[in-house]
Amino acid sequence: MTATLTETAPIPSFGNEEETDRKLVIICSKGSLDMAYPGLVLANAALGEGIETHLFFTFWGFDMITEKTMDHLKFSPLGNPATHMPNFVMGLPGMTSFATHMMKAQIEGLDLPEVREFLELITDAGGHLWACRMSADMMHLEEKDLFDRVEGIINASDFIEIAEGAQTLFI
Amino acid sequence: MTTATIAGAEVQIDDEGFLTDATEWTEDIARQLAANIGIELTDRHWDMIRFIRDDYAANGVTPGTRRVQASGGFATKEQFELFPKKPQKKSAYIAGVPKPAGCV
Repeated sequence: MTATLTETAPIPSFGNEEETDRKLVIICSKGSLDMAYPGLVLANAALGEGIETHLFFTFWGFDMITEKTMDHLKFSPLGNPATHMPNFVMGLPGMTSFATHMMKAQIEGLDLPEVREFLELITDAGGHLWACRMSADMMHLEEKDLFDRVEGIINASDFIEIAEGAQTLFI
Repeated sequence: MTTATIAGAEVQIDDEGFLTDATEWTEDIARQLAANIGIELTDRHWDMIRFIRDDYAANGVTPGTRRVQASGGFATKEQFELFPKKPQKKSAYIAGVPKPAGCV
């Protein structure tokens, strides 16, 4: 490799210091351990890029923000061909807790935080957490049952307002 | 590989302007790089930069936000205050280490 001499070093733009209007909304609709992480990782990454980020939890995604369940999400390998194991094995008693245990060990091995700590990181970084009104009503949950950093239980039209101009992901 | 003169020192940089050899870093370079992106370095900035550099020297990997919080003691909120919007990339740039490679 030959060294070339430049007079001045380039300065990284860091995406321009101007206020970016990029905005990300992630709808979290799943309550299994494996499906909780994609939204959390992307939200955290977006915030690290200075992007306004909102997480909206709906249906099974409520398990990620409900105090009673958020520390106990599970991974079931049953009916998941990507585990490359036959279903009659994956349906055996105890298999869900075994697979969950294995996955949690992997998550920890990668130095990834657990769901609660991840949500703390995200909100510390300026991310917003919202809960779905219809899901709350269906599951008979109120704000006091939810992780205290959830900003509110909002309805579908509130959500549409928040999502104005945002890139939206449904997970 | 490009060579450039920053704060009077000749250093190797990549296309974006990040130092590619952390050992070429000096405090004067850090001051210049910080000024380049509009950051005035306070004691707390220096503390975080030193933590990032020490951690990188020890592990060969730039620590991510969570590690800077858990091991370095800089709360995520504070990281965002010190290096607005993009704490990981901005702090790595000033500290003369590579951008963090991990996702978290």
